Amino acid sequence: MTLKLGVPSKGRLMEKTFDWFAKRGVTLSRTGSDREYAGAVEGVSNMELVLLSAGEIPRELAAGRIHLGVTGTDLVQEKLPRFEQQVEELAELGFGHADLVLAVPQFWIDVDTLDDLDAVASAFRAQHGHRLRIATKYHRLVREFLTDAGVADYQLVDSQGATEGTVKNETAEMVADITSTGETLRANHLKLLSDGLVLKSQATLWRSRVAKYTAADKAALNTLLDFLEKRV
Amino acid sequence: MTLRSDIQARAAQLRVRFEAAGAQVVDTPLLQPAGTLLDLYGEDIRARAYVTTDALRGEQMLRPDFTVPVVEAHMRHGAEPARYTYSGEVFRRQEHFPDRPNEYLQVGYEVFERNDAAAADAEVFSLFALQVRGLPLRAATGDIGILMAAVQGLNTTEKRKAALMRHIWRPRRFRSLLDRFAGRAPVPESRRKLLSTEGDLTGSAMELGKRRAAEVQARVEALREDAKAPPIAEHELLALEALMAVRETVPYALEQMHDIAVDLPQISQALDRLDARTAAMKARGVDVENLDFEASYGRTSMEYYDGFVFGFYAEARPDLPPVASGGRYDALTRQLGDGAEIPAVGGVLRPDLMLQLEEFRA
Repeated sequence: MTLKLGVPSKGRLMEKTFDWFAKRGVTLSRTGSDREYAGAVEGVSNMELVLLSAGEIPRELAAGRIHLGVTGTDLVQEKLPRFEQQVEELAELGFGHADLVLAVPQFWIDVDTLDDLDAVASAFRAQHGHRLRIATKYHRLVREFLTDAGVADYQLVDSQGATEGTVKNETAEMVADITSTGETLRANHLKLLSDGLVLKSQATLWRSRVAKYTAADKAALNTLLDFLEKRV
Repeated sequence: MTLRSDIQARAAQLRVRFEAAGAQVVDTPLLQPAGTLLDLYGEDIRARAYVTTDALRGEQMLRPDFTVPVVEAHMRHGAEPARYTYSGEVFRRQEHFPDRPNEYLQVGYEVFERNDAAAADAEVFSLFALQVRGLPLRAATGDIGILMAAVQGLNTTEKRKAALMRHIWRPRRFRSLLDRFAGRAPVPESRRKLLSTEGDLTGSAMELGKRRAAEVQARVEALREDAKAPPIAEHELLALEALMAVRETVPYALEQMHDIAVDLPQISQALDRLDARTAAMKARGVDVENLDFEASYGRTSMEYYDGFVFGFYAEARPDLPPVASGGRYDALTRQLGDGAEIPAVGGVLRPDLMLQLEEFRA
Protein backbone atom coordinates (compact mmCIF):
# COMPACT_ATOMS: atom_id res chain seq x y z
CA MET A 1 0.00 0.00 0.00
CA THR A 2 0.99 3.61 -0.57
CA LEU A 3 -0.19 6.80 1.03
CA LYS A 4 -2.79 8.19 -1.36
CA LEU A 5 -3.32 11.91 -1.85
CA GLY A 6 -6.44 12.96 -3.77
CA VAL A 7 -6.21 16.24 -5.66
CA PRO A 8 -8.80 17.91 -7.93
CA SER A 9 -8.10 16.77 -11.45
CA LYS A 10 -8.80 19.96 -13.30
CA GLY A 11 -8.09 23.60 -13.69
CA ARG A 12 -6.87 26.25 -11.30
CA LEU A 13 -7.58 24.27 -8.17
CA MET A 14 -5.17 21.54 -9.34
CA GLU A 15 -2.46 23.99 -10.37
CA LYS A 16 -2.67 25.97 -7.17
CA THR A 17 -2.55 22.77 -5.15
CA PHE A 18 0.57 21.70 -7.05
CA ASP A 19 2.11 25.15 -6.37
CA TRP A 20 1.25 24.96 -2.69
CA PHE A 21 2.96 21.57 -2.30
CA ALA A 22 5.91 22.65 -4.48
CA LYS A 23 6.59 25.60 -2.18
CA ARG A 24 6.94 23.09 0.62
CA GLY A 25 9.32 20.83 -1.27
CA VAL A 26 6.87 18.21 -2.50
CA THR A 27 6.53 18.04 -6.25
CA LEU A 28 3.22 16.83 -7.61
CA SER A 29 2.76 16.36 -11.33
CA ARG A 30 0.52 14.80 -13.87
CA THR A 31 1.99 11.95 -15.80
CA GLY A 32 1.20 10.60 -19.23
CA SER A 33 -0.95 12.57 -21.62
CA ASP A 34 -3.05 15.57 -20.69
CA ARG A 35 -6.15 13.44 -20.74
CA GLU A 36 -4.83 10.72 -18.49
CA TYR A 37 -5.74 11.09 -14.81
CA ALA A 38 -2.50 9.84 -13.32
CA GLY A 39 0.05 11.67 -11.23
CA ALA A 40 3.39 11.40 -9.55
CA VAL A 41 4.89 12.56 -6.26
CA GLU A 42 8.52 13.45 -5.76
CA GLY A 43 10.01 14.22 -2.38
CA VAL A 44 8.05 11.72 -0.31
CA SER A 45 8.62 8.07 -1.03
CA ASN A 46 5.74 5.60 -0.86
CA MET A 47 3.19 8.30 -1.68
CA GLU A 48 0.83 8.31 -4.63
CA LEU A 49 -1.12 11.08 -6.34
CA VAL A 50 -4.74 10.34 -7.29
CA LEU A 51 -6.54 12.84 -9.52
CA LEU A 52 -10.26 13.07 -8.83
CA SER A 53 -13.16 15.43 -9.29
CA ALA A 54 -13.20 17.86 -6.32
CA GLY A 55 -16.75 16.79 -5.53
CA GLU A 56 -15.75 13.14 -5.13
CA ILE A 57 -12.85 13.75 -2.76
CA PRO A 58 -15.00 13.98 0.41
CA ARG A 59 -16.63 10.64 -0.37
CA GLU A 60 -13.30 8.96 -1.12
CA LEU A 61 -11.87 10.27 2.18
CA ALA A 62 -14.90 9.04 4.10
CA ALA A 63 -14.65 5.64 2.45
CA GLY A 64 -10.95 5.45 3.31
CA ARG A 65 -9.95 4.88 -0.30
CA ILE A 66 -7.61 7.85 -0.11
CA HIS A 67 -5.64 8.92 2.98
CA LEU A 68 -5.33 12.60 2.15
CA GLY A 69 -7.35 14.91 -0.03
CA VAL A 70 -7.57 18.51 -1.12
CA THR A 71 -11.06 19.96 -1.46
CA GLY A 72 -13.22 22.82 -0.21
CA THR A 73 -14.69 23.06 3.26
CA ASP A 74 -18.06 23.54 1.59
CA LEU A 75 -17.97 20.15 -0.15
CA VAL A 76 -16.73 18.30 2.92
CA GLN A 77 -19.42 19.76 5.14
CA GLU A 78 -22.17 19.31 2.56
CA LYS A 79 -21.35 15.70 1.74
CA LEU A 80 -20.16 14.30 5.07
CA PRO A 81 -22.49 14.28 8.05
CA ARG A 82 -20.50 14.74 11.27
CA PHE A 83 -17.51 15.46 9.07
CA GLU A 84 -15.14 15.94 12.05
CA GLN A 85 -15.52 12.25 12.86
CA GLN A 86 -14.53 11.19 9.39
CA VAL A 87 -11.81 13.64 8.39
CA GLU A 88 -9.23 15.81 10.10
CA GLU A 89 -8.25 19.21 8.77
CA LEU A 90 -4.46 19.35 8.25
CA ALA A 91 -4.02 22.72 6.58
CA GLU A 92 -5.95 25.53 4.95
CA LEU A 93 -4.30 26.18 1.63
CA GLY A 94 -5.15 29.86 1.34
CA PHE A 95 -6.87 29.77 -2.04
CA GLY A 96 -10.19 28.71 -3.49
CA HIS A 97 -11.92 31.13 -1.13
CA ALA A 98 -15.67 31.06 -1.53
CA ASP A 99 -18.65 31.92 0.62
CA LEU A 100 -21.91 30.02 0.60
CA VAL A 101 -24.49 32.79 0.82
CA LEU A 102 -28.22 33.39 0.63
CA ALA A 103 -29.19 35.88 -2.07
CA VAL A 104 -32.51 37.47 -3.04
CA PRO A 105 -33.54 39.79 -5.89
CA GLN A 106 -32.17 43.31 -5.41
CA PHE A 107 -35.62 44.80 -5.81
CA TRP A 108 -36.77 43.05 -2.61
CA ILE A 109 -36.06 46.24 -0.70
CA ASP A 110 -38.03 44.86 2.23
CA VAL A 111 -35.64 41.94 2.73
CA ASP A 112 -32.24 42.29 4.35
CA THR A 113 -32.18 39.77 7.22
CA LEU A 114 -33.23 36.18 7.91
CA ASP A 115 -36.02 37.66 9.98
CA ASP A 116 -37.33 39.42 6.85
CA LEU A 117 -36.87 36.26 4.80
CA ASP A 118 -38.96 34.22 7.22
CA ALA A 119 -41.79 36.77 7.18
CA VAL A 120 -41.70 36.95 3.38
CA ALA A 121 -41.69 33.15 3.06
CA SER A 122 -44.89 33.00 5.10
CA ALA A 123 -46.61 35.71 3.02
CA PHE A 124 -45.36 34.16 -0.22
CA ARG A 125 -46.80 30.77 0.66
CA ALA A 126 -50.16 32.30 1.52
CA GLN A 127 -50.19 34.26 -1.74
CA HIS A 128 -48.87 31.65 -4.17
CA GLY A 129 -49.91 28.37 -2.59
CA HIS A 130 -46.43 26.90 -2.44
CA ARG A 131 -43.38 27.37 -0.28
CA LEU A 132 -40.74 29.93 -1.24
CA ARG A 133 -38.19 28.13 -3.42
CA ILE A 134 -34.46 28.41 -2.84
CA ALA A 135 -32.28 27.04 -5.63
CA THR A 136 -29.07 25.40 -4.44
CA LYS A 137 -26.79 22.40 -4.67
CA TYR A 138 -25.86 22.67 -0.97
CA HIS A 139 -28.99 21.08 0.46
CA ARG A 140 -27.70 19.92 3.81
CA LEU A 141 -25.77 23.09 4.67
CA VAL A 142 -28.59 25.43 3.70
CA ARG A 143 -31.25 23.37 5.44
CA GLU A 144 -29.28 23.15 8.67
CA PHE A 145 -28.54 26.87 8.56
CA LEU A 146 -32.20 27.79 8.04
CA THR A 147 -33.44 25.28 10.62
CA ASP A 148 -31.06 26.77 13.12
CA ALA A 149 -32.26 30.27 12.29
CA GLY A 150 -35.90 29.16 12.62
CA VAL A 151 -36.87 30.05 9.06
CA ALA A 152 -39.96 28.18 7.86
CA ASP A 153 -42.11 27.88 4.73
CA TYR A 154 -39.24 27.55 2.28
CA GLN A 155 -38.42 24.76 -0.11
CA LEU A 156 -35.06 23.74 -1.54
CA VAL A 157 -34.96 23.08 -5.26
CA ASP A 158 -31.95 21.38 -6.74
CA SER A 159 -29.76 23.39 -9.05
CA GLN A 160 -26.42 21.96 -10.12
CA GLY A 161 -25.41 24.93 -12.27
CA ALA A 162 -26.37 28.42 -13.47
CA THR A 163 -28.14 28.76 -10.15
CA GLU A 164 -28.30 32.56 -10.33
CA GLY A 165 -30.50 32.29 -13.42
CA THR A 166 -33.25 30.33 -11.68
CA VAL A 167 -34.92 33.45 -10.26
CA LYS A 168 -35.31 35.08 -13.65
CA ASN A 169 -36.64 31.79 -15.03
CA GLU A 170 -39.07 31.62 -12.12
CA THR A 171 -38.02 28.14 -11.08
CA ALA A 172 -36.93 29.61 -7.73
CA GLU A 173 -37.53 32.82 -5.79
CA MET A 174 -33.98 33.07 -4.44
CA VAL A 175 -30.68 31.20 -4.36
CA ALA A 176 -28.08 29.79 -1.97
CA ASP A 177 -24.81 29.60 -3.83
CA ILE A 178 -21.06 29.90 -3.67
CA THR A 179 -19.58 33.28 -4.46
CA SER A 180 -16.12 34.75 -4.14
CA THR A 181 -16.68 38.35 -5.24
CA GLY A 182 -20.46 38.53 -5.56
CA GLU A 183 -20.12 39.66 -9.16
CA THR A 184 -22.24 36.92 -10.71
CA LEU A 185 -24.93 37.58 -8.15
CA ARG A 186 -24.96 41.31 -8.91
CA ALA A 187 -24.99 40.67 -12.65
CA ASN A 188 -28.12 38.61 -12.10
CA HIS A 189 -29.81 41.36 -10.06
CA LEU A 190 -29.38 39.53 -6.76
CA LYS A 191 -28.10 40.79 -3.40
CA LEU A 192 -26.82 39.10 -0.25
CA LEU A 193 -28.77 38.90 2.99
CA SER A 194 -26.78 40.72 5.65
CA ASP A 195 -26.89 37.72 8.01
CA GLY A 196 -27.13 35.07 5.31
CA LEU A 197 -23.55 33.80 5.27
CA VAL A 198 -23.93 30.03 5.55
CA LEU A 199 -20.28 29.06 5.35
CA LYS A 200 -16.84 30.45 4.51
CA SER A 201 -14.92 27.94 2.47
CA GLN A 202 -11.42 27.50 1.08
CA ALA A 203 -9.29 24.73 -0.36
CA THR A 204 -8.17 22.56 2.54
CA LEU A 205 -5.95 19.51 2.99
CA TRP A 206 -7.85 16.79 4.85
CA ARG A 207 -6.75 13.52 6.39
CA SER A 208 -9.11 10.56 6.43
CA ARG A 209 -9.76 9.18 9.92
CA VAL A 210 -11.28 6.10 8.35
CA ALA A 211 -8.50 4.95 6.02
CA LYS A 212 -6.13 2.17 7.08
CA TYR A 213 -2.54 3.25 7.62
CA THR A 214 0.24 0.65 7.32
CA ALA A 215 3.59 1.35 8.97
CA ALA A 216 4.90 2.52 5.59
CA ASP A 217 1.87 4.84 5.16
CA LYS A 218 2.48 6.33 8.60
CA ALA A 219 6.13 6.92 7.77
CA ALA A 220 5.17 8.60 4.49
CA LEU A 221 2.58 10.74 6.31
CA ASN A 222 5.16 11.85 8.87
CA THR A 223 7.65 12.74 6.14
CA LEU A 224 4.96 14.74 4.38
CA LEU A 225 3.92 16.52 7.59
CA ASP A 226 7.55 17.48 8.19
CA PHE A 227 7.64 19.10 4.75
CA LEU A 228 4.37 20.91 5.35
CA GLU A 229 5.52 22.34 8.66
CA LYS A 230 8.31 24.19 6.90
CA ARG A 231 7.12 27.75 6.59
CA VAL A 232 7.58 29.45 3.25
CA MET B 1 -28.66 -7.20 22.28
CA THR B 2 -32.42 -7.22 21.97
CA LEU B 3 -33.69 -9.76 19.45
CA ARG B 4 -35.92 -8.52 16.68
CA SER B 5 -38.37 -11.33 17.33
CA ASP B 6 -38.63 -10.29 20.99
CA ILE B 7 -39.37 -6.72 19.97
CA GLN B 8 -42.05 -7.91 17.59
CA ALA B 9 -43.59 -10.11 20.26
CA ARG B 10 -43.66 -7.19 22.69
CA ALA B 11 -45.18 -4.93 20.05
CA ALA B 12 -47.93 -7.47 19.43
CA GLN B 13 -48.61 -7.69 23.16
CA LEU B 14 -48.86 -3.91 23.47
CA ARG B 15 -51.18 -3.68 20.51
CA VAL B 16 -53.46 -6.36 21.92
CA ARG B 17 -53.83 -4.28 25.08
CA PHE B 18 -54.81 -1.24 22.99
CA GLU B 19 -57.33 -3.43 21.16
CA ALA B 20 -58.72 -4.52 24.49
CA ALA B 21 -59.23 -0.83 25.29
CA GLY B 22 -61.52 -0.63 22.28
CA ALA B 23 -59.18 0.27 19.42
CA GLN B 24 -59.52 -0.97 15.90
CA VAL B 25 -56.32 -2.13 14.16
CA VAL B 26 -55.18 -0.02 11.19
CA ASP B 27 -52.29 -0.43 8.84
CA THR B 28 -50.77 2.21 6.60
CA PRO B 29 -48.41 1.94 3.61
CA LEU B 30 -44.68 2.16 4.28
CA LEU B 31 -44.25 4.57 1.39
CA GLN B 32 -45.94 7.92 1.89
CA PRO B 33 -46.27 10.71 -0.67
CA ALA B 34 -43.58 13.20 0.31
CA GLY B 35 -45.67 16.25 -0.57
CA THR B 36 -48.06 15.98 2.36
CA LEU B 37 -45.26 15.57 4.89
CA LEU B 38 -43.19 18.38 3.36
CA ASP B 39 -46.15 20.75 3.40
CA LEU B 40 -46.76 19.88 7.02
CA TYR B 41 -43.25 19.85 8.48
CA GLY B 42 -41.39 21.91 5.91
CA GLU B 43 -37.96 21.14 4.55
CA ASP B 44 -36.75 20.03 8.01
CA ILE B 45 -38.41 16.64 7.55
CA ARG B 46 -35.80 15.78 4.89
CA ALA B 47 -33.19 15.70 7.62
CA ARG B 48 -35.29 13.15 9.53
CA ALA B 49 -36.93 10.99 6.87
CA TYR B 50 -35.68 8.90 3.98
CA VAL B 51 -36.79 10.23 0.65
CA THR B 52 -36.91 8.12 -2.46
CA THR B 53 -38.28 8.84 -5.92
CA ASP B 54 -40.14 7.22 -8.72
CA ALA B 55 -40.51 8.84 -12.11
CA LEU B 56 -44.28 8.36 -12.02
CA ARG B 57 -45.24 9.16 -8.43
CA GLY B 58 -42.48 11.63 -7.65
CA GLU B 59 -40.98 11.85 -4.19
CA GLN B 60 -41.98 9.23 -1.65
CA MET B 61 -40.97 9.00 1.99
CA LEU B 62 -40.40 5.92 4.05
CA ARG B 63 -43.02 6.33 6.79
CA PRO B 64 -41.41 8.56 9.46
CA ASP B 65 -44.47 8.23 11.70
CA PHE B 66 -48.00 6.85 11.71
CA THR B 67 -49.97 9.86 12.83
CA VAL B 68 -50.28 11.56 9.47
CA PRO B 69 -51.39 8.49 7.46
CA VAL B 70 -53.75 7.39 10.25
CA VAL B 71 -55.37 10.84 10.33
CA GLU B 72 -55.67 10.81 6.55
CA ALA B 73 -57.28 7.37 6.58
CA HIS B 74 -59.69 8.47 9.30
CA MET B 75 -60.62 11.68 7.47
CA ARG B 76 -61.37 9.67 4.32
CA HIS B 77 -63.63 7.02 5.73
CA GLY B 78 -63.59 6.89 9.50
CA ALA B 79 -66.65 6.44 11.69
CA GLU B 80 -67.07 8.68 14.73
CA PRO B 81 -65.93 8.43 17.40
CA ALA B 82 -63.01 6.15 16.53
CA ARG B 83 -60.12 4.52 18.34
CA TYR B 84 -57.21 3.07 16.37
CA THR B 85 -54.13 1.07 17.19
CA TYR B 86 -51.22 0.10 14.97
CA SER B 87 -47.84 -1.51 15.15
CA GLY B 88 -45.11 -1.29 12.57
CA GLU B 89 -41.77 0.08 11.47
CA VAL B 90 -40.97 3.73 11.11
CA PHE B 91 -37.78 5.02 9.51
CA ARG B 92 -35.66 7.95 10.65
CA ARG B 93 -32.40 9.22 9.31
CA GLN B 94 -29.91 9.50 12.16
CA GLU B 95 -27.14 11.69 10.86
CA HIS B 96 -26.54 13.33 14.20
CA PHE B 97 -27.06 10.29 16.43
CA PRO B 98 -25.36 7.34 14.71
CA ASP B 99 -26.03 5.11 17.73
CA ARG B 100 -29.79 5.48 17.41
CA PRO B 101 -31.59 3.00 15.17
CA ASN B 102 -32.86 4.31 11.84
CA GLU B 103 -35.64 1.71 11.71
CA TYR B 104 -37.73 0.73 14.68
CA LEU B 105 -41.17 -0.45 15.72
CA GLN B 106 -43.82 1.92 17.01
CA VAL B 107 -47.06 0.87 18.64
CA GLY B 108 -49.67 3.58 18.77
CA TYR B 109 -53.13 4.47 19.97
CA GLU B 110 -55.17 7.36 18.57
CA VAL B 111 -58.60 8.63 19.67
CA PHE B 112 -60.86 10.70 17.39
CA GLU B 113 -63.60 11.95 19.66
CA ARG B 114 -65.70 15.13 19.57
CA ASN B 115 -67.00 15.06 23.10
CA ASP B 116 -65.12 15.50 26.31
CA ALA B 117 -61.53 16.24 25.36
CA ALA B 118 -60.47 15.99 29.02
CA ALA B 119 -61.71 12.40 29.23
CA ALA B 120 -60.01 11.44 25.95
CA ASP B 121 -56.70 13.00 27.06
CA ALA B 122 -56.88 11.18 30.38
CA GLU B 123 -57.81 7.92 28.65
CA VAL B 124 -54.76 8.09 26.38
CA PHE B 125 -52.34 9.11 29.12
CA SER B 126 -53.50 6.48 31.58
CA LEU B 127 -53.41 3.73 28.94
CA PHE B 128 -49.81 4.63 28.12
CA ALA B 129 -48.92 4.83 31.80
CA LEU B 130 -50.38 1.36 32.22
CA GLN B 131 -48.42 -0.02 29.27
CA VAL B 132 -45.09 1.19 30.71
CA ARG B 133 -45.93 0.43 34.35
CA GLY B 134 -43.00 -0.99 36.28
CA LEU B 135 -40.34 0.63 34.09
CA PRO B 136 -38.14 3.29 35.71
CA LEU B 137 -39.61 6.18 33.76
CA ARG B 138 -40.41 9.80 34.50
CA ALA B 139 -43.57 11.19 32.96
CA ALA B 140 -43.54 14.76 31.69
CA THR B 141 -46.69 16.59 30.65
CA GLY B 142 -47.50 19.95 29.17
CA ASP B 143 -50.19 21.83 27.30
CA ILE B 144 -49.36 23.82 24.17
CA GLY B 145 -52.95 25.13 24.21
CA ILE B 146 -52.20 27.35 27.20
CA LEU B 147 -49.31 29.08 25.47
CA MET B 148 -51.38 29.44 22.28
CA ALA B 149 -54.21 31.04 24.25
CA ALA B 150 -51.73 33.39 25.89
CA VAL B 151 -50.40 34.51 22.52
CA GLN B 152 -53.83 34.85 20.90
CA GLY B 153 -54.98 37.07 23.75
CA LEU B 154 -52.00 39.44 23.68
CA ASN B 155 -52.90 43.09 23.45
CA THR B 156 -51.21 43.67 20.09
CA THR B 157 -51.89 43.51 16.35
CA GLU B 158 -53.35 40.43 14.65
CA LYS B 159 -50.31 40.27 12.37
CA ARG B 160 -47.90 40.08 15.30
CA LYS B 161 -50.00 37.42 16.96
CA ALA B 162 -50.09 35.39 13.73
CA ALA B 163 -46.30 35.66 13.43
CA LEU B 164 -45.85 34.44 17.02
CA MET B 165 -48.36 31.60 16.55
CA ARG B 166 -46.52 30.43 13.46
CA HIS B 167 -43.35 30.00 15.52
CA ILE B 168 -44.74 28.49 18.72
CA TRP B 169 -42.78 25.34 17.83
CA ARG B 170 -39.53 27.18 17.10
CA PRO B 171 -38.61 28.67 20.48
CA ARG B 172 -35.63 30.68 19.24
CA ARG B 173 -37.47 32.47 16.47
CA PHE B 174 -40.45 32.93 18.81
CA ARG B 175 -38.10 34.58 21.28
CA SER B 176 -36.59 36.93 18.70
CA LEU B 177 -40.05 37.92 17.41
CA LEU B 178 -41.21 38.58 20.93
CA ASP B 179 -38.16 40.76 21.63
CA ARG B 180 -38.82 42.73 18.48
CA PHE B 181 -42.53 43.21 19.15
CA ALA B 182 -41.76 44.29 22.69
CA GLY B 183 -39.24 46.85 21.48
CA ARG B 184 -36.41 45.07 23.27
CA ALA B 185 -34.35 44.21 20.22
CA PRO B 186 -32.66 47.03 18.31
CA VAL B 187 -34.18 47.76 14.91
CA PRO B 188 -31.70 46.68 12.20
CA GLU B 189 -30.14 49.54 10.23
CA SER B 190 -31.71 48.34 6.97
CA ARG B 191 -35.18 48.38 8.53
CA ARG B 192 -34.66 51.87 9.96
CA LYS B 193 -33.67 53.15 6.54
CA LEU B 194 -36.65 51.52 4.90
CA LEU B 195 -39.03 53.00 7.46
CA SER B 196 -37.58 56.46 7.01
CA THR B 197 -38.96 56.53 3.46
CA GLU B 198 -42.49 57.41 2.39
CA GLY B 199 -44.80 56.60 -0.48
CA ASP B 200 -44.25 54.00 -3.20
CA LEU B 201 -40.71 52.74 -3.54
CA THR B 202 -39.86 52.23 -7.15
CA GLY B 203 -36.08 51.90 -7.01
CA SER B 204 -33.79 51.15 -9.93
CA ALA B 205 -33.40 47.40 -9.48
CA MET B 206 -35.02 45.14 -12.02
CA GLU B 207 -38.18 43.31 -11.02
CA LEU B 208 -37.64 39.59 -11.49
CA GLY B 209 -39.00 36.33 -10.19
CA LYS B 210 -42.41 35.17 -9.08
CA ARG B 211 -42.60 37.49 -6.07
CA ARG B 212 -43.86 40.72 -7.63
CA ALA B 213 -43.23 44.37 -6.88
CA ALA B 214 -46.76 44.66 -5.49
CA GLU B 215 -45.91 42.08 -2.84
CA VAL B 216 -42.77 43.98 -1.90
CA GLN B 217 -44.76 47.20 -1.65
CA ALA B 218 -47.45 45.45 0.43
CA ARG B 219 -44.85 44.27 2.91
CA VAL B 220 -43.31 47.73 3.11
CA GLU B 221 -46.79 49.07 3.96
CA ALA B 222 -47.21 46.34 6.56
CA LEU B 223 -43.85 47.21 8.13
CA ARG B 224 -44.83 50.87 8.26
CA GLU B 225 -48.09 49.90 9.95
CA ASP B 226 -46.24 47.68 12.38
CA ALA B 227 -43.80 50.45 13.26
CA LYS B 228 -46.77 52.57 14.34
CA ALA B 229 -48.16 49.89 16.66
CA PRO B 230 -47.05 50.24 20.28
CA PRO B 231 -44.74 47.57 21.71
CA ILE B 232 -46.22 44.67 23.66
CA ALA B 233 -46.60 45.93 27.22
CA GLU B 234 -43.98 45.01 29.78
CA HIS B 235 -46.45 43.36 32.18
CA GLU B 236 -47.83 41.13 29.41
CA LEU B 237 -44.35 40.17 28.33
CA LEU B 238 -43.24 39.33 31.86
CA ALA B 239 -46.39 37.28 32.43
CA LEU B 240 -45.81 35.40 29.17
CA GLU B 241 -42.21 34.69 30.15
CA ALA B 242 -43.29 33.53 33.59
CA LEU B 243 -45.82 31.24 31.92
CA MET B 244 -43.23 29.71 29.59
CA ALA B 245 -40.97 29.04 32.57
CA VAL B 246 -43.55 27.12 34.65
CA ARG B 247 -42.09 23.74 35.55
CA GLU B 248 -43.68 22.09 38.57
CA THR B 249 -45.86 19.22 39.67
CA VAL B 250 -49.38 19.59 38.28
CA PRO B 251 -51.01 21.08 41.44
CA TYR B 252 -48.26 23.69 41.93
CA ALA B 253 -48.13 24.44 38.20
CA LEU B 254 -51.88 25.08 38.23
CA GLU B 255 -51.50 27.38 41.21
CA GLN B 256 -48.71 29.34 39.51
CA MET B 257 -50.59 29.61 36.25
CA HIS B 258 -53.78 30.79 37.97
CA ASP B 259 -51.65 33.58 39.46
CA ILE B 260 -50.23 34.40 36.02
CA ALA B 261 -53.79 34.49 34.65
CA VAL B 262 -54.34 37.71 36.62
CA ASP B 263 -52.11 39.41 34.04
CA LEU B 264 -53.02 37.06 31.19
CA PRO B 265 -56.77 36.50 31.60
CA GLN B 266 -56.90 34.96 28.12
CA ILE B 267 -55.45 31.69 29.47
CA SER B 268 -58.30 31.14 31.93
CA GLN B 269 -60.31 28.85 29.65
CA ALA B 270 -57.22 26.83 28.78
CA LEU B 271 -56.54 26.48 32.51
CA ASP B 272 -60.12 25.29 33.02
CA ARG B 273 -59.40 22.59 30.44
CA LEU B 274 -56.24 21.63 32.34
CA ASP B 275 -58.31 21.50 35.56
CA ALA B 276 -60.84 19.21 33.88
CA ARG B 277 -58.09 17.00 32.45
CA THR B 278 -56.39 16.75 35.82
CA ALA B 279 -59.67 15.69 37.43
CA ALA B 280 -60.24 13.11 34.68
CA MET B 281 -56.71 11.75 35.12
CA LYS B 282 -57.19 11.53 38.87
CA ALA B 283 -60.44 9.64 38.34
CA ARG B 284 -58.46 7.12 36.28
CA GLY B 285 -56.00 6.64 39.10
CA VAL B 286 -53.13 8.78 37.79
CA ASP B 287 -50.99 10.18 40.60
CA VAL B 288 -51.38 13.82 39.52
CA GLU B 289 -49.95 15.15 42.79
CA ASN B 290 -46.51 13.96 41.70
CA LEU B 291 -46.91 14.36 37.96
CA ASP B 292 -44.58 16.88 36.27
CA PHE B 293 -45.97 19.72 34.20
CA GLU B 294 -43.84 21.98 31.98
CA ALA B 295 -45.59 24.83 30.19
CA SER B 296 -42.98 24.80 27.40
CA TYR B 297 -42.96 21.00 27.02
CA GLY B 298 -43.40 19.79 23.46
CA ARG B 299 -42.39 23.05 21.82
CA THR B 300 -39.29 21.72 20.14
CA SER B 301 -39.91 18.22 18.90
CA MET B 302 -43.64 17.77 18.49
CA GLU B 303 -44.67 20.13 15.80
CA TYR B 304 -48.29 19.27 15.26
CA TYR B 305 -49.38 19.03 18.90
CA ASP B 306 -51.58 21.92 19.96
CA GLY B 307 -52.98 20.88 23.34
CA PHE B 308 -52.12 18.25 25.93
CA VAL B 309 -48.64 16.72 25.41
CA PHE B 310 -46.82 13.97 27.29
CA GLY B 311 -43.71 11.84 27.25
CA PHE B 312 -42.18 9.03 29.32
CA TYR B 313 -38.40 9.20 29.79
CA ALA B 314 -35.82 6.79 31.19
CA GLU B 315 -34.20 8.93 33.87
CA ALA B 316 -31.15 6.71 34.18
CA ARG B 317 -30.63 6.75 30.41
CA PRO B 318 -30.67 10.37 29.22
CA ASP B 319 -29.12 9.15 25.96
CA LEU B 320 -32.39 7.45 24.99
CA PRO B 321 -35.28 9.18 23.22
CA PRO B 322 -38.65 9.03 25.03
CA VAL B 323 -40.03 5.51 25.47
CA ALA B 324 -43.53 6.84 24.90
CA SER B 325 -44.85 10.19 23.74
CA GLY B 326 -48.01 11.74 22.45
CA GLY B 327 -50.50 14.53 22.60
CA ARG B 328 -53.51 16.31 21.15
CA TYR B 329 -53.45 17.45 17.52
CA ASP B 330 -56.80 19.02 16.68
CA ALA B 331 -55.33 21.40 14.08
CA LEU B 332 -53.66 18.58 12.17
CA THR B 333 -57.02 17.00 11.36
CA ARG B 334 -58.17 20.39 10.02
CA GLN B 335 -55.07 20.67 7.86
CA LEU B 336 -55.31 17.14 6.45
CA GLY B 337 -59.09 16.93 6.47
CA ASP B 338 -59.77 19.27 3.55
CA GLY B 339 -62.22 21.40 5.51
CA ALA B 340 -63.36 18.65 7.83
CA GLU B 341 -61.93 18.42 11.32
CA ILE B 342 -62.21 16.34 14.45
CA PRO B 343 -60.44 16.67 17.80
CA ALA B 344 -57.83 13.95 18.15
CA VAL B 345 -55.34 12.73 20.72
CA GLY B 346 -52.91 9.82 20.71
CA GLY B 347 -49.39 8.60 21.18
CA VAL B 348 -46.75 5.99 20.41
CA LEU B 349 -44.67 3.46 22.34
CA ARG B 350 -41.20 2.09 21.57
CA PRO B 351 -41.18 -1.64 22.40
CA ASP B 352 -37.44 -1.88 21.60
CA LEU B 353 -36.59 0.70 24.26
CA MET B 354 -38.90 -0.96 26.78
CA LEU B 355 -37.04 -4.25 26.36
CA GLN B 356 -33.67 -2.50 26.48
CA LEU B 357 -34.57 -0.91 29.81
CA GLU B 358 -35.76 -4.22 31.22
CA GLU B 359 -32.45 -5.86 30.22
CA PHE B 360 -30.49 -2.90 31.55
CA ARG B 361 -32.15 -3.30 34.93
CA ALA B 362 -31.89 -7.09 35.06
